[in-house]
Amino acid sequence: MASGVLTEKAGAPPKFGLRVPETLTRITKYVVFRGVALFFTVVIGVYLTVLIANMGGYLDTIRIAQIREQVGAAVLGDVTLQTLPPSELRKYIDDIVILEVQRLRLDQPFWIRSVDYLVDALTLNLGRAEHLTSNSGSKTVRLILLERIPATLLLSACANLTLFFTAIFSALYLSRHYGSLLDRLVVSLAPTSAPPAWFYGIFLILIFASILRVLPFGGMVDAPPPEDTLGYIGSLLRHMVLPVSALILGSIFIAIYQWRTFFLIYSSEDYVEMAKAKGLTARTIERRYILRPTLPPIVTAFSFTLIYLWQGAIILETVFAWPGVGRLLFQAISIFDVPVIVGNVVLIAYLLVTTVFLLDIIYALLDPRVKVGGERRV
Amino acid sequence: MKLPRVLKELTHYRSAVLGLCIIGALIALSIYTVVTIPYDEAIRRWRAGEELWGDYPRNAVPEWFNLFAGNSLPTTRVMNSKDGAIRKDIQTISTDMRTSDMKFSFDYTSDGFPNEINLFLTAKFDQKKPQATMIWRTPDGRQIPLGDTTVGVAERFSISTDQRLSLKLDGRAPEVGLFAQPGTTEKGKTPVVQKGTYELIVEGLTFEKDSTLDAKLVVYGQAYGIAGTDHRRRDILLAILWGTPIALAFGFLAAVGSTLTTFSIAAIGAWFGGWLDAAIQRLTEINSVLPVLPILIMVGTFYTRNIWVILGIVIALGIFSLGIKTYRSMFIQVREMPYIEAAHAYGAGNLRIVFRYMMPKIAPVLIPTFVTLIPAYVFLEASLSVLGLGDPLLPTWGKILNDAYTNGALYKGLYYWVLEPAVLLMFTGLGFSVVGFALDRIFNPRLREV
Repeated sequence: MASGVLTEKAGAPPKFGLRVPETLTRITKYVVFRGVALFFTVVIGVYLTVLIANMGGYLDTIRIAQIREQVGAAVLGDVTLQTLPPSELRKYIDDIVILEVQRLRLDQPFWIRSVDYLVDALTLNLGRAEHLTSNSGSKTVRLILLERIPATLLLSACANLTLFFTAIFSALYLSRHYGSLLDRLVVSLAPTSAPPAWFYGIFLILIFASILRVLPFGGMVDAPPPEDTLGYIGSLLRHMVLPVSALILGSIFIAIYQWRTFFLIYSSEDYVEMAKAKGLTARTIERRYILRPTLPPIVTAFSFTLIYLWQGAIILETVFAWPGVGRLLFQAISIFDVPVIVGNVVLIAYLLVTTVFLLDIIYALLDPRVKVGGERRV
Repeated sequence: MKLPRVLKELTHYRSAVLGLCIIGALIALSIYTVVTIPYDEAIRRWRAGEELWGDYPRNAVPEWFNLFAGNSLPTTRVMNSKDGAIRKDIQTISTDMRTSDMKFSFDYTSDGFPNEINLFLTAKFDQKKPQATMIWRTPDGRQIPLGDTTVGVAERFSISTDQRLSLKLDGRAPEVGLFAQPGTTEKGKTPVVQKGTYELIVEGLTFEKDSTLDAKLVVYGQAYGIAGTDHRRRDILLAILWGTPIALAFGFLAAVGSTLTTFSIAAIGAWFGGWLDAAIQRLTEINSVLPVLPILIMVGTFYTRNIWVILGIVIALGIFSLGIKTYRSMFIQVREMPYIEAAHAYGAGNLRIVFRYMMPKIAPVLIPTFVTLIPAYVFLEASLSVLGLGDPLLPTWGKILNDAYTNGALYKGLYYWVLEPAVLLMFTGLGFSVVGFALDRIFNPRLREV
């Protein structure tokens, strides 16, 4: 996850003293530059998705064949057309197929349409799904996505926020009590994070749903959903226990371990020793000498947590039959619903890039050593 | 650091020794599997149907479950008149008509009921099909007629699915009713097994000179082999065994492929700098926006599920991973070191400096990452399989999980089916990551102090 970011060291505490206008122009220039670069990144990423999701244009052949089959079935089933001679009937079918193909613009070269798809995707004009519908029966991709987002957000927000803050605070505690029994326990438990969350999900289902029969196998609420609000929330919470626990179990120990190591490295810096020698309180040292220089990596990790929060967990949601965007993506892919796939990926790409962009700005503000517009970092 | 020294250091960590043992055991198992069951043979057997797996019980638990379940899990019994173990009683009635009586007699000593009973009849004839009448005889001498049939070339007489027989047995499934003590099959009672010698009598009649009739009785057990069987009667052990080399090969190749390329590209970018470096940086950023799992799912759905193609794509997507940024910052520090300047001064070429001077310097950092990446890719393969995008031919751990999942193993209580691949995956994951953690501490002394 964010291990690369964590091990990278930000160095000595910041120095102040840059003149404001210079900093401002630098940061503006930097932000604009990064914005443009990230925009192109999104364009290329989304275009690749469009290409893959359309099988590089091969999906058109499948679509035309589907149209021909549907039109054929409709025409042959039409009693009023039975009297036509076979040759005319065939011509009639061909005409309708051509009209339909033109309506869907399948007669134009794929690369032209692929650019149109790209523009549509980028302007969030996500179009209509081919097969999937929202609960209310709408085929608008935007509505389908909007309907699934709360479920994903609920699940990942609970899990990831708990995970993040528990990890940070436990790590701070452990770094103060380095070498204690608890510390060694967490270190030895760190390798348990090798399996992904869904894997723990299977074990949890086995124990709590299958054997003990105390929690549901999956889904978001009981069927039929309880009428009263309180009952609904209760049911929701019962369904959330297992997936949230799986998500937390899947990475809590490695997260604590990494943050602990990270804080330990920073608390062995010379300037921390110096502060200790000066007789500052442990609390001041922690706040001013350890947390302050580690703020940029913490912010990075937090923003990545936010991204994961949006992205959901495809397999975990599938395993727990949780009606979120991850499961939607899997459903869409398995029935070739390209607009939904592209819509989903575009959504994630935008969120990812926006977060990266905001992160860049925050970074520039938090860490003055990010030499923007200056000579290359060495 | 040389390999023997690394190994010696590793032995200081008890967990790492355990991890090495697990890895060693997995490698040994892989070698054993690949040597004893050839690749093609494994695929052929895993994809075979009734003709190969017909005599295996459906969803049977491993045999060693009997250690915990008392004696309640019978094993499968196969009796075939072609083997000569069953005597065929042939008497001539007229010139063409002959009897062909077979008596399948066996001791049943288990406390549990069988899973299923099937009788497979095969016949040889030109025009007139032979006939067979089946009678069941219990240890206490009751005779239960099972019906009669004309026998084609190969006929399956499925005793377990006979509805009329079931009605005669108080509505119990035939495999229960036929083996139960009289009086225990009524509604509301728990059927109890009657132990003793059972007999199935097949009274055959053939109507041609060269016509023959053969029968095979299969009393399917509740337990089979070391690993049990799945919903298609296949021996799960085959998939467990073959899953090992596949998982290891996939994890290892993916880890090698992505780390080595990432590492070299980072070094080249850092050394040459300029537009090349910038291009690499931008590619890395684009790559970070691409959703890896969705792309793999799309490839699996739209193009191919061949595990080796998927492996290639996994590597390709891993080339420009964010690791490049970390390695690059290290290489930039290395680039400024005096020994590089020295190498440059005596005329070492660019690529020589990159590959022979810069990369070995940082390599130790790479090794722990590499080891911890292996299980990550093993689990990636399992993840894809669990989504139903596993290789269509090969048996893998993930595919067992997927089969188990789609057949509701957890709902039905067939825990062994889920636990066997899951425990193996768990061991693989823990084994490698424990060693990776220890290596990390050995190669990064900074972590060792703290």
